[in-house]
Formats: sequence, C-alpha cells, structure tokens
Amino acid sequence: MSTVKLTVNGKAVAVDVEDRTLLVQLLRDHLNLTGTHVGCDTSQCGACVVHMDGKAVKSCTMLAGQADGASITTIEGIAKGDELHPMQAAFRDNHGLQCGYCTPGMIMSAIDIVHRYGGQLDEATVRAELEGNICRCTGYHNIVKAVLDAAGRMKVSQAAE
Amino acid sequence: MYQTTYHRASSVDEAVSLFGESSEAKFLAGGQTLLPVMKQRLASPSDVIDLGKIKELQGVELSGDTLTIKAATTYYDIMTNADVKKAIPAIAHLTSVLGDPAVRYRGTIGGSIANNDPAADFPAALLALGATVKTNKRSIAAEDFFQGLFSTALEDGELITAVSFPVPAKAGYEKMRHPASRFALTGVFVAQTKSGEVRVAATGASQSGVMRVPAIEAALKSNWSPSAIDGVAISANGLLADIHGTAEYRANLIKVMAQRAVSAAG
Repeated sequence: MSTVKLTVNGKAVAVDVEDRTLLVQLLRDHLNLTGTHVGCDTSQCGACVVHMDGKAVKSCTMLAGQADGASITTIEGIAKGDELHPMQAAFRDNHGLQCGYCTPGMIMSAIDIVHRYGGQLDEATVRAELEGNICRCTGYHNIVKAVLDAAGRMKVSQAAE
Repeated sequence: MYQTTYHRASSVDEAVSLFGESSEAKFLAGGQTLLPVMKQRLASPSDVIDLGKIKELQGVELSGDTLTIKAATTYYDIMTNADVKKAIPAIAHLTSVLGDPAVRYRGTIGGSIANNDPAADFPAALLALGATVKTNKRSIAAEDFFQGLFSTALEDGELITAVSFPVPAKAGYEKMRHPASRFALTGVFVAQTKSGEVRVAATGASQSGVMRVPAIEAALKSNWSPSAIDGVAISANGLLADIHGTAEYRANLIKVMAQRAVSAAG
C-alpha cells in the first residue's frame, strides 16, 4: 500500500491504494468519479482519457503512483457549475453521442486537441487526432462536427476571459 | 495485474540501486507497453521502478553532428522538439505515426528500444541511422543492441540513459500502420550518412525483429531514388506471417515502404 497525493478537479486528495492500482481505478473506485470509463482496458479505445497536468492520457495505462503530485482533470471537472464546458455543449448541440460510453474520453481528448492546435482545426485533422478514441455508435460524423464547433466556441470563451 | 511494489527513483543511480535490491524488478518509463503486459499477467515484476521523475533522463541535445535523445523523453516531446525537427525530421515524423496522441504523451524512446517489439518503430531508426545506445555502464552500437524478438544486449539492471544519432545527409521513414494497434505492419527507415553510406532498416517484417535490408541499400547506393528499388527482389524467407499479412505481402511492403521513405527523404 502507498499513499498517492494528487489534485483531482482542483481538490487536493490523498488516497491509500495498492501499488498495482491503476489511475482509472483510483478515480472510479476510490474517489467515486465514475464519469471516466473503462472500455477496452488495453489503451486502444480512449474511454478512460483524463488530463494529467493538462495532457490527455489514458488512465487505464498508468499506475496511480505515476500520477503522484500531478493535477488530474476528469469529465466531472470541466463544467463551471451548471454551465457546460464549450466542448460538452457542442457535443450536446451537434448530437455527438448516442450511447455515451465513449463520450467522456472523447471530450477530454477533444479539449486537448483544441489546445494543441490553438483552435486552428479542420475536419481531416480532427479525424486523425481522434484515432485513439473509439466510438461504436455515431460513425464519428457528429463527433467531428462537435469538436470543430467547440474549437470556435473555446477560442471565443478564452478571448472573453 | 499481480501484486507489485512501486518505487519512484529520482536519479539514475537510485533507480539502479533499487533494481539491485529487488528480486525481479522492472524499470517503468512511460508504461505504455509494460503496464498492458502486466495487466495480461505476461509479466509479474516483484517491483517496478518508475523513471518518470528522473530529470537527467529527459530532454534532447543537438551538438555538432550528433542528436542525443535522453531515454525517458516522450514521443510527444521528441515530435515537437525544434532540434529533432531541424536535425533529423524523419524521427519527428516517425513519432507522429507512432501510437495515438495519448500514447505519445506517455511512451518513451528508451522504453520502446528496451522492449524491442518486432513491430516497434524506433528500432528501425536506430539501426538505419547507426545510432549508439548509452546506458549507465557503456555505449552499445545499435547493430549490437537489438538481438531478436524482445531481446537486447542490456544486462540485468542495466539502464538506458540516452540514444545518440549521427545527423544524416538524408533520412525518411514510412510504414503501413496496423489500423487498430498502430504498430508497423512493416515500416522502413532509409538513411544516407554524411559520408555517403546508405543504410536501410525494416521493422514489423522479420521473424527475428528489426533488420537491415542489404539489397535495397545496394540499389540506393548507386541511385538514390524510389525507382532504383523497382527491380530489387526481397525474399519472404524468415519474414513474419499472421492474420494481418503473409510473408510475401510483407516482403512487398518492404519495397513499397522503402520507396515511399526515399521519396519522403528527398
């Protein structure tokens, strides 16, 4: 057992876990943050993507101990109160989900993509960059639309801040 | 995953000494291979020694005609590094087609070559560029480092600290990606050294891991162009065959990927 200290969605936490605990298990089983999903558990599907120090990583392929000292943001941490994050709002408005299983990971990856490209995105780039996130419902069209829509909204909301 | 004991090292010396104190330890860099393998229970190290916080294992240095990438530098940091893009853009390209964005944030060059997966990308770059693997004990030529499937010259407890690449005159890398795993179904790295030597290495193709391709090297030596490879015969003997492709298919891919890599190298 080890104590892992990290910041999750802005809150400092210390969690006693077995050394073999994965980051996704710490989030879901110890902190009850079940918005982050486990799909394939083999780092292919992207349902478990969270941000670690601002970078989108697959939380099923990290030990909790590797996140010690880091700042983690999950899908539960991106809305401001009742106001959805622009990426969440764009997924809703563009019907970028059906069953919703992949959505938390899609949204966390998509936010990272927009940050990396400074909002300068086109359809081909979004499709290529989403290769680590698998959706079995939508056929991706509306997800891609949502990301492009959100890229514009995030630029606007950042400019407003 | 079986039980294990996690350690975080803050220096190379500490990592090596922790390794020595454990019964069956493994070094953990980005974990993008080791953790999946542990989850499948194909590996069950008594201890894992995390290298992620060791500063001396991070970063890229360009000095004269040598590009040195420290072992725990992530693919993302390699892909976006200005010195890498300037000195050996083929390496930046290689990292951009390796894994997916989330994997590239975590996976490291040292982890890739220490594992020596027969379909990994970096072994081809090291072999074609004539790189040198630096460890805490010695320097090992790429030629001697890779020793077949998942096997390297590393001794127990020996830790890769960096990889040094001679900056080539020209280099290119192209691969046929497996669409799900993103490993190379076959990938070919071509390089022309500043002294005019041509070196070509293929990954994902051979049953014994990364390999040089002498026939293509000879053809490119006399004529550095994609068409020089048209008439080269690649034997399917000893090549991998699985549900994704026959040995003959991979033999042909070696040619096609080499041609594309030469085009990319210019």
